[in-house]
Amino acid sequence: MHDGLLQIAGFCCERDGRVLFEALNLNLGRGDALELRGPNGSGKSTLLRAIAGLYPDYSGTIETAESLYLGHRPGVSALLTAAENLAWYGALRPGDTEVEAALERVGMTGYERVACQHMSAGQQRRVALARLLVCAAPLWLLDEPLTALDRSGQALVRSLIEGQRQAGGAVLCATHQPLELADGRVLDLEARR
Amino acid sequence: MSTPGRLFAAQFRRELVATMRSLQEALNPLVFLFLAITLFALGVGVEPETLGRHAPGIIWVLVLLSNLLALEGLFRRDFDDGTLEQLVLLGEPLFLPVLAKVAAQWCVSGLAMTLLAPLAALLLYLPADALGVTLLTLLTGSPALTLFGAVGAALTVGLRRGGVLLALLILPLYVPTLIFGAGAITLAMAGSDVSAQIYLLTAISMLSVTVAPFAVQAALRISLEQS
Repeated sequence: MHDGLLQIAGFCCERDGRVLFEALNLNLGRGDALELRGPNGSGKSTLLRAIAGLYPDYSGTIETAESLYLGHRPGVSALLTAAENLAWYGALRPGDTEVEAALERVGMTGYERVACQHMSAGQQRRVALARLLVCAAPLWLLDEPLTALDRSGQALVRSLIEGQRQAGGAVLCATHQPLELADGRVLDLEARR
Repeated sequence: MSTPGRLFAAQFRRELVATMRSLQEALNPLVFLFLAITLFALGVGVEPETLGRHAPGIIWVLVLLSNLLALEGLFRRDFDDGTLEQLVLLGEPLFLPVLAKVAAQWCVSGLAMTLLAPLAALLLYLPADALGVTLLTLLTGSPALTLFGAVGAALTVGLRRGGVLLALLILPLYVPTLIFGAGAITLAMAGSDVSAQIYLLTAISMLSVTVAPFAVQAALRISLEQS
Protein backbone atom coordinates (compact mmCIF):
# COMPACT_ATOMS: atom_id res chain seq x y z
CA MET A 1 0.00 0.00 0.00
CA HIS A 2 1.46 3.40 -0.95
CA ASP A 3 0.59 6.60 0.87
CA GLY A 4 -3.15 6.08 0.45
CA LEU A 5 -4.88 5.67 3.78
CA LEU A 6 -7.96 3.99 2.39
CA GLN A 7 -8.43 2.14 -0.88
CA ILE A 8 -11.72 0.52 -1.70
CA ALA A 9 -12.12 -1.36 -4.96
CA GLY A 10 -15.21 -3.04 -6.34
CA PHE A 11 -17.11 -2.81 -3.08
CA CYS A 12 -20.45 -4.58 -3.37
CA CYS A 13 -22.86 -5.02 -0.53
CA GLU A 14 -26.38 -6.28 -0.18
CA ARG A 15 -28.51 -6.06 2.91
CA ASP A 16 -31.94 -7.56 3.51
CA GLY A 17 -32.33 -8.20 -0.22
CA ARG A 18 -31.52 -4.63 -1.22
CA VAL A 19 -28.37 -3.76 -3.12
CA LEU A 20 -26.64 -0.96 -1.24
CA PHE A 21 -23.39 -0.77 -3.15
CA GLU A 22 -22.43 -1.95 -6.59
CA ALA A 23 -18.76 -1.74 -7.46
CA LEU A 24 -17.90 1.26 -5.34
CA ASN A 25 -14.35 2.55 -5.72
CA LEU A 26 -12.96 5.02 -3.25
CA ASN A 27 -9.50 6.34 -2.37
CA LEU A 28 -8.47 8.58 0.47
CA GLY A 29 -4.95 9.93 0.88
CA ARG A 30 -3.26 12.14 3.44
CA GLY A 31 -5.16 15.35 4.10
CA ASP A 32 -8.32 14.14 2.38
CA ALA A 33 -11.81 14.53 3.73
CA LEU A 34 -14.88 12.91 2.25
CA GLU A 35 -18.45 13.59 3.26
CA LEU A 36 -20.80 10.70 2.80
CA ARG A 37 -24.37 11.78 2.16
CA GLY A 38 -27.54 9.96 1.37
CA PRO A 39 -31.00 9.29 2.74
CA ASN A 40 -31.62 6.98 5.71
CA GLY A 41 -30.95 3.39 4.79
CA SER A 42 -28.72 4.23 1.86
CA GLY A 43 -25.78 2.38 3.38
CA LYS A 44 -23.65 5.11 4.93
CA SER A 45 -23.29 3.35 8.26
CA THR A 46 -22.84 -0.04 6.61
CA LEU A 47 -19.94 1.29 4.55
CA LEU A 48 -18.28 2.83 7.61
CA ARG A 49 -18.74 -0.35 9.65
CA ALA A 50 -17.33 -2.42 6.81
CA ILE A 51 -14.23 -0.22 6.66
CA ALA A 52 -13.85 -0.31 10.44
CA GLY A 53 -14.02 -4.11 10.35
CA LEU A 54 -17.40 -4.55 12.04
CA TYR A 55 -19.31 -5.74 8.99
CA PRO A 56 -17.77 -8.57 6.93
CA ASP A 57 -20.69 -9.29 4.64
CA TYR A 58 -19.43 -7.66 1.43
CA SER A 59 -17.39 -8.44 -1.65
CA GLY A 60 -14.55 -6.37 -3.07
CA THR A 61 -11.39 -5.23 -1.33
CA ILE A 62 -10.84 -2.69 1.42
CA GLU A 63 -7.30 -1.72 2.29
CA THR A 64 -7.15 0.64 5.18
CA ALA A 65 -4.67 2.23 7.53
CA GLU A 66 -5.33 2.09 11.27
CA SER A 67 -8.65 3.76 11.85
CA LEU A 68 -10.84 5.14 14.61
CA TYR A 69 -14.55 4.56 14.31
CA LEU A 70 -17.14 6.79 15.95
CA GLY A 71 -20.55 5.22 15.49
CA HIS A 72 -24.12 5.87 16.55
CA ARG A 73 -23.38 4.47 19.95
CA PRO A 74 -20.92 6.93 21.44
CA GLY A 75 -18.67 4.39 23.13
CA VAL A 76 -18.88 6.20 26.44
CA SER A 77 -19.61 4.15 29.53
CA ALA A 78 -22.30 5.82 31.62
CA LEU A 79 -20.93 4.51 34.91
CA LEU A 80 -17.47 5.95 34.43
CA THR A 81 -16.37 9.57 34.53
CA ALA A 82 -15.16 11.38 31.44
CA ALA A 83 -11.54 11.01 32.54
CA GLU A 84 -11.95 7.30 33.34
CA ASN A 85 -13.52 6.63 29.96
CA LEU A 86 -10.70 8.35 28.15
CA ALA A 87 -7.97 6.82 30.30
CA TRP A 88 -9.34 3.40 29.32
CA TYR A 89 -9.15 4.31 25.66
CA GLY A 90 -5.65 5.62 26.17
CA ALA A 91 -4.66 2.25 27.60
CA LEU A 92 -6.23 0.39 24.66
CA ARG A 93 -4.47 2.46 22.06
CA PRO A 94 -2.11 5.13 23.35
CA GLY A 95 -1.89 8.33 21.29
CA ASP A 96 0.11 11.45 22.09
CA THR A 97 -2.63 13.62 23.63
CA GLU A 98 -3.17 13.50 27.37
CA VAL A 99 -6.67 13.01 28.76
CA GLU A 100 -6.89 16.50 30.31
CA ALA A 101 -5.70 18.16 27.11
CA ALA A 102 -8.21 16.20 25.04
CA LEU A 103 -11.08 17.16 27.37
CA GLU A 104 -10.02 20.79 27.22
CA ARG A 105 -9.96 20.65 23.43
CA VAL A 106 -13.58 19.47 23.31
CA GLY A 107 -14.70 22.03 25.88
CA MET A 108 -15.26 19.60 28.72
CA THR A 109 -12.80 20.97 31.27
CA GLY A 110 -14.27 20.63 34.73
CA TYR A 111 -16.18 17.47 33.86
CA GLU A 112 -13.27 15.08 34.46
CA ARG A 113 -14.83 13.66 37.59
CA VAL A 114 -18.45 13.69 36.52
CA ALA A 115 -19.99 10.30 35.76
CA CYS A 116 -21.14 10.26 32.16
CA GLN A 117 -24.64 9.14 33.15
CA HIS A 118 -25.16 12.63 34.60
CA MET A 119 -24.22 14.27 31.31
CA SER A 120 -26.46 15.35 28.46
CA ALA A 121 -26.34 13.52 25.13
CA GLY A 122 -24.33 16.35 23.61
CA GLN A 123 -21.79 16.29 26.42
CA GLN A 124 -21.38 12.53 26.07
CA ARG A 125 -20.84 13.11 22.39
CA ARG A 126 -18.05 15.56 23.20
CA VAL A 127 -16.38 12.96 25.41
CA ALA A 128 -16.64 10.54 22.50
CA LEU A 129 -14.95 13.13 20.28
CA ALA A 130 -12.14 13.51 22.78
CA ARG A 131 -11.42 9.83 22.20
CA LEU A 132 -10.32 10.66 18.65
CA LEU A 133 -7.55 12.76 20.17
CA VAL A 134 -6.59 10.36 22.95
CA CYS A 135 -6.26 7.34 20.66
CA ALA A 136 -4.95 8.94 17.44
CA ALA A 137 -5.09 7.08 14.13
CA PRO A 138 -4.45 8.26 10.56
CA LEU A 139 -7.99 7.53 9.41
CA TRP A 140 -11.16 8.69 11.13
CA LEU A 141 -14.50 7.08 10.33
CA LEU A 142 -17.25 9.29 11.71
CA ASP A 143 -20.88 8.30 11.58
CA GLU A 144 -23.02 11.42 11.96
CA PRO A 145 -20.71 13.14 14.45
CA LEU A 146 -22.92 16.22 14.62
CA THR A 147 -25.80 14.36 16.32
CA ALA A 148 -26.93 16.03 19.55
CA LEU A 149 -24.26 18.73 19.35
CA ASP A 150 -24.98 22.43 19.72
CA ARG A 151 -23.66 25.07 17.36
CA SER A 152 -20.29 25.35 19.03
CA GLY A 153 -20.05 21.59 19.13
CA GLN A 154 -20.60 21.42 15.41
CA ALA A 155 -17.86 24.00 14.89
CA LEU A 156 -15.68 21.84 17.12
CA VAL A 157 -16.22 18.81 14.89
CA ARG A 158 -15.22 20.84 11.86
CA SER A 159 -12.07 22.13 13.52
CA LEU A 160 -11.16 18.63 14.75
CA ILE A 161 -11.52 17.32 11.20
CA GLU A 162 -9.36 20.16 9.84
CA GLY A 163 -6.76 19.45 12.52
CA GLN A 164 -6.71 15.77 11.57
CA ARG A 165 -6.21 16.67 7.89
CA GLN A 166 -3.41 19.10 8.68
CA ALA A 167 -1.69 16.40 10.72
CA GLY A 168 -1.65 14.24 7.59
CA GLY A 169 -4.67 12.12 8.39
CA ALA A 170 -7.87 11.52 6.49
CA VAL A 171 -11.52 11.68 7.48
CA LEU A 172 -14.52 9.83 6.11
CA CYS A 173 -17.68 11.26 7.57
CA ALA A 174 -21.31 10.30 7.10
CA THR A 175 -23.54 13.29 7.71
CA HIS A 176 -26.86 14.87 6.85
CA GLN A 177 -25.79 18.41 7.63
CA PRO A 178 -23.18 19.78 5.19
CA LEU A 179 -19.81 20.14 6.87
CA GLU A 180 -18.59 22.77 4.38
CA LEU A 181 -14.99 21.72 4.63
CA ALA A 182 -12.29 23.47 2.64
CA ASP A 183 -11.91 21.47 -0.61
CA GLY A 184 -13.63 18.48 0.99
CA ARG A 185 -15.09 15.88 -1.35
CA VAL A 186 -18.68 14.75 -1.20
CA LEU A 187 -20.02 11.34 -2.12
CA ASP A 188 -23.78 11.36 -2.47
CA LEU A 189 -25.10 7.83 -2.29
CA GLU A 190 -28.49 8.77 -3.68
CA ALA A 191 -27.00 10.38 -6.79
CA ARG A 192 -25.13 7.14 -7.54
CA ARG A 193 -28.30 5.19 -8.06
CA MET B 1 0.85 -0.42 21.30
CA SER B 2 0.02 -1.11 24.90
CA THR B 3 2.02 -3.56 26.89
CA PRO B 4 0.00 -6.68 27.75
CA GLY B 5 0.17 -5.94 31.47
CA ARG B 6 -1.10 -2.42 31.03
CA LEU B 7 -3.93 -3.57 28.83
CA PHE B 8 -5.02 -6.20 31.36
CA ALA B 9 -4.70 -3.85 34.32
CA ALA B 10 -6.61 -1.02 32.65
CA GLN B 11 -9.50 -3.31 31.74
CA PHE B 12 -9.57 -4.97 35.17
CA ARG B 13 -9.64 -1.62 36.94
CA ARG B 14 -12.36 -0.32 34.64
CA GLU B 15 -14.56 -3.31 35.37
CA LEU B 16 -14.13 -3.07 39.13
CA VAL B 17 -14.90 0.66 39.14
CA ALA B 18 -18.00 0.08 37.02
CA THR B 19 -19.10 -2.76 39.31
CA MET B 20 -18.65 -0.62 42.42
CA ARG B 21 -20.88 2.04 40.86
CA SER B 22 -23.62 -0.47 40.11
CA LEU B 23 -23.19 -2.55 43.22
CA GLN B 24 -26.82 -3.55 43.46
CA GLU B 25 -26.61 -5.40 40.16
CA ALA B 26 -23.57 -7.30 41.36
CA LEU B 27 -25.24 -8.19 44.65
CA ASN B 28 -28.48 -9.51 43.12
CA PRO B 29 -27.12 -12.96 42.23
CA LEU B 30 -25.66 -13.31 45.73
CA VAL B 31 -28.95 -12.38 47.33
CA PHE B 32 -30.67 -14.86 45.01
CA LEU B 33 -28.25 -17.58 46.09
CA PHE B 34 -28.88 -16.87 49.73
CA LEU B 35 -32.66 -16.73 49.36
CA ALA B 36 -32.83 -19.90 47.29
CA ILE B 37 -30.79 -21.78 49.88
CA THR B 38 -33.13 -20.52 52.59
CA LEU B 39 -36.10 -21.76 50.56
CA PHE B 40 -34.53 -25.20 50.25
CA ALA B 41 -34.03 -25.30 53.99
CA LEU B 42 -37.71 -24.48 54.44
CA GLY B 43 -39.03 -26.69 51.64
CA VAL B 44 -37.04 -29.87 52.13
CA GLY B 45 -37.66 -29.88 55.86
CA VAL B 46 -35.52 -29.12 58.80
CA GLU B 47 -34.28 -32.62 59.68
CA PRO B 48 -30.51 -32.17 59.76
CA GLU B 49 -30.04 -35.70 58.36
CA THR B 50 -32.01 -35.21 55.12
CA LEU B 51 -30.89 -31.69 54.51
CA GLY B 52 -27.23 -32.41 55.17
CA ARG B 53 -27.26 -35.35 52.76
CA HIS B 54 -28.61 -33.20 49.92
CA ALA B 55 -26.61 -30.09 50.78
CA PRO B 56 -23.70 -30.64 48.33
CA GLY B 57 -26.01 -30.91 45.34
CA ILE B 58 -28.21 -28.03 46.47
CA ILE B 59 -25.27 -25.71 47.02
CA TRP B 60 -23.66 -26.50 43.68
CA VAL B 61 -26.84 -26.32 41.60
CA LEU B 62 -27.74 -22.97 43.14
CA VAL B 63 -24.23 -21.66 42.55
CA LEU B 64 -24.60 -22.62 38.87
CA LEU B 65 -27.93 -20.82 38.59
CA SER B 66 -26.77 -17.68 40.39
CA ASN B 67 -23.77 -17.61 38.10
CA LEU B 68 -26.08 -17.68 35.14
CA LEU B 69 -27.95 -14.74 36.60
CA ALA B 70 -24.72 -12.80 37.08
CA LEU B 71 -23.43 -13.55 33.61
CA GLU B 72 -26.39 -12.35 31.63
CA GLY B 73 -25.36 -8.74 32.05
CA LEU B 74 -21.64 -9.31 31.56
CA PHE B 75 -21.43 -7.67 28.13
CA ARG B 76 -24.89 -6.11 27.90
CA ARG B 77 -24.12 -2.61 29.10
CA ASP B 78 -20.95 -2.33 27.03
CA PHE B 79 -22.83 -3.60 24.00
CA ASP B 80 -25.55 -0.99 24.41
CA ASP B 81 -23.31 2.02 24.92
CA GLY B 82 -20.88 1.11 22.15
CA THR B 83 -17.79 0.51 24.27
CA LEU B 84 -17.86 -3.17 23.30
CA GLU B 85 -17.41 -2.43 19.60
CA GLN B 86 -14.58 -0.05 20.47
CA LEU B 87 -12.97 -2.74 22.60
CA VAL B 88 -13.16 -5.21 19.73
CA LEU B 89 -11.68 -2.63 17.33
CA LEU B 90 -8.96 -1.21 19.56
CA GLY B 91 -8.16 -3.78 22.22
CA GLU B 92 -5.54 -5.88 20.46
CA PRO B 93 -4.73 -8.55 21.48
CA LEU B 94 -8.37 -8.89 22.44
CA PHE B 95 -8.09 -12.00 24.63
CA LEU B 96 -6.29 -9.95 27.30
CA PRO B 97 -9.03 -7.41 27.99
CA VAL B 98 -11.56 -10.23 27.68
CA LEU B 99 -9.70 -12.24 30.30
CA ALA B 100 -9.50 -9.15 32.52
CA LYS B 101 -13.22 -8.54 32.18
CA VAL B 102 -14.02 -12.13 33.08
CA ALA B 103 -11.54 -12.09 35.96
CA ALA B 104 -13.24 -9.02 37.41
CA GLN B 105 -16.61 -10.72 36.97
CA TRP B 106 -15.31 -13.80 38.78
CA CYS B 107 -14.22 -11.67 41.74
CA VAL B 108 -17.75 -10.39 42.26
CA SER B 109 -19.55 -13.66 41.48
CA GLY B 110 -17.46 -16.83 41.78
CA LEU B 111 -15.19 -15.62 44.55
CA ALA B 112 -18.03 -13.94 46.42
CA MET B 113 -20.11 -17.13 46.22
CA THR B 114 -17.17 -19.14 47.51
CA LEU B 115 -16.98 -16.86 50.52
CA LEU B 116 -20.74 -17.09 51.00
CA ALA B 117 -20.60 -20.89 51.02
CA PRO B 118 -19.93 -21.37 54.76
CA LEU B 119 -23.11 -19.48 55.53
CA ALA B 120 -25.03 -21.61 53.04
CA ALA B 121 -23.51 -24.76 54.53
CA LEU B 122 -24.65 -23.68 57.96
CA LEU B 123 -28.25 -23.26 56.81
CA LEU B 124 -28.24 -26.68 55.16
CA TYR B 125 -26.69 -28.57 58.09
CA LEU B 126 -23.64 -29.50 56.08
CA PRO B 127 -21.30 -31.41 58.43
CA ALA B 128 -18.57 -29.08 59.63
CA ASP B 129 -15.74 -31.38 58.50
CA ALA B 130 -16.90 -31.04 54.86
CA LEU B 131 -16.77 -27.25 55.02
CA GLY B 132 -13.15 -26.94 53.92
CA VAL B 133 -13.76 -29.17 50.92
CA THR B 134 -16.85 -27.14 49.98
CA LEU B 135 -14.78 -23.98 49.90
CA LEU B 136 -12.05 -25.70 47.93
CA THR B 137 -14.40 -27.12 45.28
CA LEU B 138 -16.05 -23.73 44.79
CA LEU B 139 -12.71 -21.96 44.62
CA THR B 140 -11.28 -24.34 42.03
CA GLY B 141 -14.50 -24.90 40.10
CA SER B 142 -16.02 -21.44 39.85
CA PRO B 143 -13.47 -19.96 37.40
CA ALA B 144 -14.68 -22.48 34.84
CA LEU B 145 -18.29 -21.43 35.49
CA THR B 146 -17.52 -17.78 34.82
CA LEU B 147 -15.32 -18.44 31.79
CA PHE B 148 -17.61 -20.90 30.01
CA GLY B 149 -20.54 -18.66 30.89
CA ALA B 150 -18.80 -15.69 29.32
CA VAL B 151 -18.79 -17.53 25.98
CA GLY B 152 -22.57 -17.89 26.14
CA ALA B 153 -22.99 -14.30 27.29
CA ALA B 154 -20.91 -13.10 24.34
CA LEU B 155 -22.95 -15.15 21.88
CA THR B 156 -26.31 -13.93 23.19
CA VAL B 157 -25.44 -10.28 23.89
CA GLY B 158 -26.99 -9.10 20.62
CA LEU B 159 -30.32 -10.75 21.38
CA ARG B 160 -32.88 -8.78 23.33
CA ARG B 161 -34.10 -11.76 25.35
CA GLY B 162 -31.13 -14.03 25.47
CA GLY B 163 -31.68 -15.27 29.01
CA VAL B 164 -33.23 -18.65 28.31
CA LEU B 165 -30.96 -19.29 25.35
CA LEU B 166 -28.00 -18.48 27.57
CA ALA B 167 -29.11 -21.14 30.04
CA LEU B 168 -29.58 -23.70 27.27
CA LEU B 169 -26.14 -22.95 25.88
CA ILE B 170 -24.18 -22.92 29.10
CA LEU B 171 -25.77 -25.35 31.52
CA PRO B 172 -24.60 -28.45 29.59
CA LEU B 173 -21.04 -27.09 29.78
CA TYR B 174 -21.42 -26.83 33.55
CA VAL B 175 -22.22 -30.51 34.01
CA PRO B 176 -18.66 -31.82 34.59
CA THR B 177 -17.97 -29.09 37.14
CA LEU B 178 -21.23 -29.85 38.92
CA ILE B 179 -20.53 -33.60 39.06
CA PHE B 180 -17.01 -33.28 40.43
CA GLY B 181 -17.87 -30.35 42.70
CA ALA B 182 -20.90 -31.88 44.39
CA GLY B 183 -19.29 -35.34 44.28
CA ALA B 184 -16.23 -34.16 46.15
CA ILE B 185 -18.28 -32.73 49.00
CA THR B 186 -20.35 -35.92 49.28
CA LEU B 187 -17.16 -37.98 49.39
CA ALA B 188 -15.68 -35.68 52.01
CA MET B 189 -18.79 -36.18 54.16
CA ALA B 190 -18.12 -39.93 53.96
CA GLY B 191 -14.55 -39.31 55.02
CA SER B 192 -12.89 -40.22 51.71
CA ASP B 193 -9.98 -38.56 49.97
CA VAL B 194 -11.10 -35.95 47.44
CA SER B 195 -7.83 -34.81 45.89
CA ALA B 196 -8.71 -36.44 42.54
CA GLN B 197 -11.90 -34.38 42.28
CA ILE B 198 -10.11 -31.19 43.25
CA TYR B 199 -7.42 -31.83 40.62
CA LEU B 200 -10.09 -32.44 38.00
CA LEU B 201 -11.94 -29.23 38.91
CA THR B 202 -8.68 -27.32 38.69
CA ALA B 203 -7.93 -28.93 35.33
CA ILE B 204 -11.34 -27.92 33.97
CA SER B 205 -10.76 -24.35 35.15
CA MET B 206 -7.29 -24.26 33.62
CA LEU B 207 -8.70 -25.54 30.36
CA SER B 208 -11.35 -22.82 30.40
CA VAL B 209 -8.73 -20.11 31.06
CA THR B 210 -6.79 -21.17 27.99
CA VAL B 211 -9.72 -21.75 25.64
CA ALA B 212 -12.62 -19.54 26.70
CA PRO B 213 -11.09 -16.07 26.12
CA PHE B 214 -10.52 -16.92 22.45
CA ALA B 215 -14.04 -18.29 22.11
CA VAL B 216 -15.43 -15.15 23.79
CA GLN B 217 -13.42 -13.01 21.39
CA ALA B 218 -14.84 -14.82 18.36
CA ALA B 219 -18.37 -14.76 19.79
CA LEU B 220 -18.20 -11.01 20.43
CA ARG B 221 -17.14 -10.40 16.84
CA ILE B 222 -20.07 -12.46 15.59
CA SER B 223 -22.54 -10.63 17.85
CA LEU B 224 -21.29 -7.21 16.74
CA GLU B 225 -21.33 -8.12 13.07
CA GLN B 226 -24.99 -9.08 13.35
CA SER B 227 -26.00 -5.81 14.95
